[in-house]
Amino acid sequence: MGSTSKPLYLHVPEPGCRPGDKPDFSDFEMPRAGETRRPESDTSPEDMRDLAFSIVRVLNAEGKAVGPWAGTLSIEKLQLGLRHMMTLRAFDERMMMAQRQGKTSFYLQCLGEEAVACAFRQAMQPGDMHFPTYRQAGLLIAGGYPLESMMNQIYSNANDPIKGRQLPTMYSSKEFGFFTISGNLGTQFVQAVGWSMASAISGDTKIAAAWIGDGSTSESDFHAAMVFASTYQVPVILNVVNNQWAISTFQGMARGNSATFASRGHGFGIPSIRVDGNDYLAVHAVAMWAAERARLGFGPTMIEHVTYRAGGHTSSDDPSSYRAEGEGSAWPLGDPIERLKNHLISLGEWSESRHAQVTAELMDEVKHAQKSAEAVGTMTSGKSSSSRDIFEGVYETMPAHLIAQRQEAGY
Amino acid sequence: MTQRTMIEAIQNAHDVAMERDDKVVVFGEDVGFFGGVFRCTAGLQAKYGKNRCFDTPINELGIVGTAVGMAAYGIKPIVEIQFADYVYPAYDQIVSEAARIRHRSGGDFTCPLVIRMPAGGGIFGGQTHSQSPEALFTHVAGLKTVVPSNPQDAKGLLLAAIEDPDPVVILEPKRLYNGPFDGHHEKPIVPWKKHPLGEVDDGYYITEIGKAATAREGSDVTILAYGTMVYVAIAAAEEAGIDAEVIDLRSLVPLDTDAIKASVEKTGRCVIVHEATRTSGFGAELMSVVQELCFYFLEAPIIRVTGWDTPYPHAQEWDYFPGPARVIENLHKVMGA
Ligand SMILES: Cc1ncc(C[n+]2csc(CCOP(=O)(O)OP(=O)(O)O)c2C)c(N)n1
Ligand SMILES: [Mg+2]
Repeated sequence: MGSTSKPLYLHVPEPGCRPGDKPDFSDFEMPRAGETRRPESDTSPEDMRDLAFSIVRVLNAEGKAVGPWAGTLSIEKLQLGLRHMMTLRAFDERMMMAQRQGKTSFYLQCLGEEAVACAFRQAMQPGDMHFPTYRQAGLLIAGGYPLESMMNQIYSNANDPIKGRQLPTMYSSKEFGFFTISGNLGTQFVQAVGWSMASAISGDTKIAAAWIGDGSTSESDFHAAMVFASTYQVPVILNVVNNQWAISTFQGMARGNSATFASRGHGFGIPSIRVDGNDYLAVHAVAMWAAERARLGFGPTMIEHVTYRAGGHTSSDDPSSYRAEGEGSAWPLGDPIERLKNHLISLGEWSESRHAQVTAELMDEVKHAQKSAEAVGTMTSGKSSSSRDIFEGVYETMPAHLIAQRQEAGY
Repeated sequence: MTQRTMIEAIQNAHDVAMERDDKVVVFGEDVGFFGGVFRCTAGLQAKYGKNRCFDTPINELGIVGTAVGMAAYGIKPIVEIQFADYVYPAYDQIVSEAARIRHRSGGDFTCPLVIRMPAGGGIFGGQTHSQSPEALFTHVAGLKTVVPSNPQDAKGLLLAAIEDPDPVVILEPKRLYNGPFDGHHEKPIVPWKKHPLGEVDDGYYITEIGKAATAREGSDVTILAYGTMVYVAIAAAEEAGIDAEVIDLRSLVPLDTDAIKASVEKTGRCVIVHEATRTSGFGAELMSVVQELCFYFLEAPIIRVTGWDTPYPHAQEWDYFPGPARVIENLHKVMGA
């Protein structure tokens, strides 16, 4: 057979809609709640490849928890989970406002994806370590980290635990299992694998969770993490938060608009599963399952959390120039807070009036923390972090040339 | 002539180049539909199509590595690294590949590509949106490294870089995108749109790579600067009442040693100013050059004013940034010696 040649062209993937278009998620395949099976945690990777193409969902349209993944949380834990998400949302609202008022230089919110980090955190144990991106503040809030410390960091004030050195929201807390956030995308993903290897080398029982955004899975660090995780069967959970967007770039750009992020794990023999990231119960159940696999020595699991970045990328971004109007409300997986609220109401364990009351209560708590943080200082008032801290901590012991520079600077 | 911001001048340079030569392609993170987070590629995809201006996956190694392959094929890639702080994953492709392909293949393959990246601080961007990594490129044989300080040069250097037969790295001082910044952060800037230096030639022209410009004539002392520091140096000279000559290097490699020599021979004194960290910074190279070429004309030791040898801080930005006060102090020092 002879071959004919014709001019080639470059295939450049495009999102379904852009500004001016009607939001359209008709090609988003979404199984019904309860439909996706739950294999035993020791199932071999080849026998659960289907999980990378389905979506684990527990909450149905009526707010009922259904199917094999339901039942991992008590009523108290569900109520606590709802409070965590509501706290995070109130926190984001106040800090976005503080940024607009000029009290800090920058802010990055988690709007619409609160369930992912908040529910996941509940499945982890003390001593475990997260290697987060900038969009997992829920890990700190659900882990009980003080709101005021977060705000001190955001304001770079005199009580900022990281001394004014990093951009707002780039928190760090070893005590709370939260690795220092890097502004360079992807670097943490492979570090989490290394941390878990160390736990294995040391005969410890701790595990780590790696976090990365859909867009950042393109970085080489993501692939390096997978090859090490699979080679050494590392006790790590590899989380991909697919919130559909990477600044102005849609998620299809990072995966050739084919297959799924979860299925990336298959080439490495890593069991991979997709979960409804706006379903608190589903995220928790899948996290528990993956953590059990890691703790029992069955190695790494990749989880793709399917969610939606309901806000702008950061306080510097205006998504209306690249996203269709109304895309957020057309998003088929809804809002995580609404869904958990409706679930608790359907169980008779919550009510609209209680919700309103708790919303006000949590907002007060956030405002109270804000007041205390602002009493210390913001970026434009009060006590700021010291300029001596530019020089401190570059090395454990300051070398002579830095001492000289610090003196030259007058500190 | 059209009054343009540096962003508009850079956008216009792309436009002129793409219009003139259909081998020119432009890509990087968010550069396609959106036109770049700083808007330097705005409208190019709509005008030239997705085959010539497109978004990429977030992988800097991939962006530069594919550009090397394209250059080897014979088309002309211009890539944007969203911030200079994110170039490190691409470093191997730049240092071991782009820079050496001509030499190692005996000229069989070449690598004419342009790598643009916003650099420098002054925007409260913290350690991952503020770095000045020029010395990591100037140290590499086979690369050219340029730093424009105004819209006219930003356009001319980009057009020259596109035609250059070898790889060129362009560090664009993001603090200058909208207007000249002299380090007085408490004062508003005069936007390029209202500034005489915002006048940019229309159409095609080039600013020769390897030629410095005199940003301020003077006879007391030579200040060697580039990028944002050109304006800091001018402000310092004027506030100190010292008749400094400010040389805007524009191109670091190749370096206009003739211009440096002529100025330092005239003034007999030299202060070097850059925003990057001091140790092994480009200022060290400049000091060596001045020492080698002008030793017998020097009336005082050469001084450099630089960023401190620390990561770029967030909140303490103005105690890190080498502003006019520090330059003035050192001008007095070099004049007093
Ligand atoms: C190495 C590197 N390249 C580029 C950037 C610039 N950048 C910051 S966030 C971002 C988009 C990331 O999108 P995604 O991974 O989907 O995370 P999301 O913001 O949606 O949570 C880009 C390109 C960066 N911070 N680091
Ligand atoms: Mg994303």
